[in-house]
Amino acid sequence: MNDITIKITDRTGITHELIAPTDMSMNLMEVIRSYELAEEGTIGVCGGMAMCASCQVYVKSGEDLLPEMGDEEDAMLAEAFHVKDTSRLGCQIHITNEIDGLEVEIAPYP
Amino acid sequence: MITTDLLIIGAGPTGLFTVFEAGLLKMKCHIIDALPQPGGQLAELYPKKPIFDIPGYPTVNAGELVDNLMEQIIQFQPGFTLAETAVSLNKIDDEWFEVITNKGTVHRAKAVAIAGGLGTFEPRKPDLENIAHFEEKGVEYFIKEPEHFRNKKVVIAGGGDSALDWSIFLANVASEVTLIHRRNEFRGALDSVEKVQELKNQGKINLITPAEVIGLKGNKHIEAITLDQEGVQSDIETDFFIPLFGLTPKLGELANWGLEIEKNAIKVNNALDYQTNIEGIYAIGDINTYPGKLKLILCGFHEATLMCQSVYQRLNPGKKYVLKYTTVSGVDGFDGSRKEAEKAVVKKID
Repeated sequence: MNDITIKITDRTGITHELIAPTDMSMNLMEVIRSYELAEEGTIGVCGGMAMCASCQVYVKSGEDLLPEMGDEEDAMLAEAFHVKDTSRLGCQIHITNEIDGLEVEIAPYP
Repeated sequence: MITTDLLIIGAGPTGLFTVFEAGLLKMKCHIIDALPQPGGQLAELYPKKPIFDIPGYPTVNAGELVDNLMEQIIQFQPGFTLAETAVSLNKIDDEWFEVITNKGTVHRAKAVAIAGGLGTFEPRKPDLENIAHFEEKGVEYFIKEPEHFRNKKVVIAGGGDSALDWSIFLANVASEVTLIHRRNEFRGALDSVEKVQELKNQGKINLITPAEVIGLKGNKHIEAITLDQEGVQSDIETDFFIPLFGLTPKLGELANWGLEIEKNAIKVNNALDYQTNIEGIYAIGDINTYPGKLKLILCGFHEATLMCQSVYQRLNPGKKYVLKYTTVSGVDGFDGSRKEAEKAVVKKID
């Protein structure tokens, strides 16, 4: 299997069911960008280095599918705004078969 | 007043390399940047991170690339206006553009290259209702003049290097320093974390974690902050509140310069020379957009090179010029230096 399905709710509240490839070493932030679900300049601002939190998402379903948070992601979320218990950084979530069916909502930025 | 041939807004890699390409064409450059040091994102956000897609460098640290670019352009004697933000850009006659910074520095140039990257780095402001009211009245996002805080009460919020570093510095200047962070853990250089621990033990820093500032109180000037510590709220009296939550890039003032903007970037003519909708104003690097645009440093270098040819034509109408190779022609610096390939030895072998 090379593609998985992810549900992403954009910042206007519309939910999109999307196909994401697992063989292009993409992350969730890049999927959001490639489908243009958030305006350029408000997503992936730092390029995916866990330094800006512009790709913060709230995990609505499938939290148990995700790998544990790394130190950089944890530290960034400690300083980011609009953080909830379900917050993750999209740039740190890699598109793999394990996360098929994940549902997230894009958090506000800045 | 500063006058130059080509004024570059943004001292990131693209802006810096522009000085070199302009220099080969005998054009003088001056660079404006909002940050106090050259390098843009590379120096501000990730100086220690490696970059793997600079042609000819299997790996190079971002900070090292900036140092190398500075070394490469020094011979063309660029001017710098650092720690100032360009706020206005106007065409004053057929020949000159004028750019004025937030500190009132006036620059005039015959062409302008906007190499602003992600935009101007501005402090990330916490989401507190009345924070704007207290700006310049006790709320500070930068520490420009440490003496300002001598014998005053200061509350700093944040968990990164700048929050740690300034807490350490102000511990010996202010009468009281309180550091507040949402977590018990700080992300910063290990020795900074240890130093804060030591100052806390000595009673020189009042460390409150995990906690969050949720409100500001005062009349004309800030008088106290309201703190939420695991659901318990309390007030701390203070003369200053300094939230240090890092910087975020904003397009800022240049959005009001009459340039065509699309997707938070400046539209340019990429088939030709990266000129904007205003003749004589160009946009290169991450700040521009066109069909097929890629935000890569190497693409910024390419764009800078093509743009300089166009600027040359604009500044020297009708003058003949052909592309020269540095290997063949060498490089003549404006500082009188000359770099050239060694001449091959032609000698008969008996």
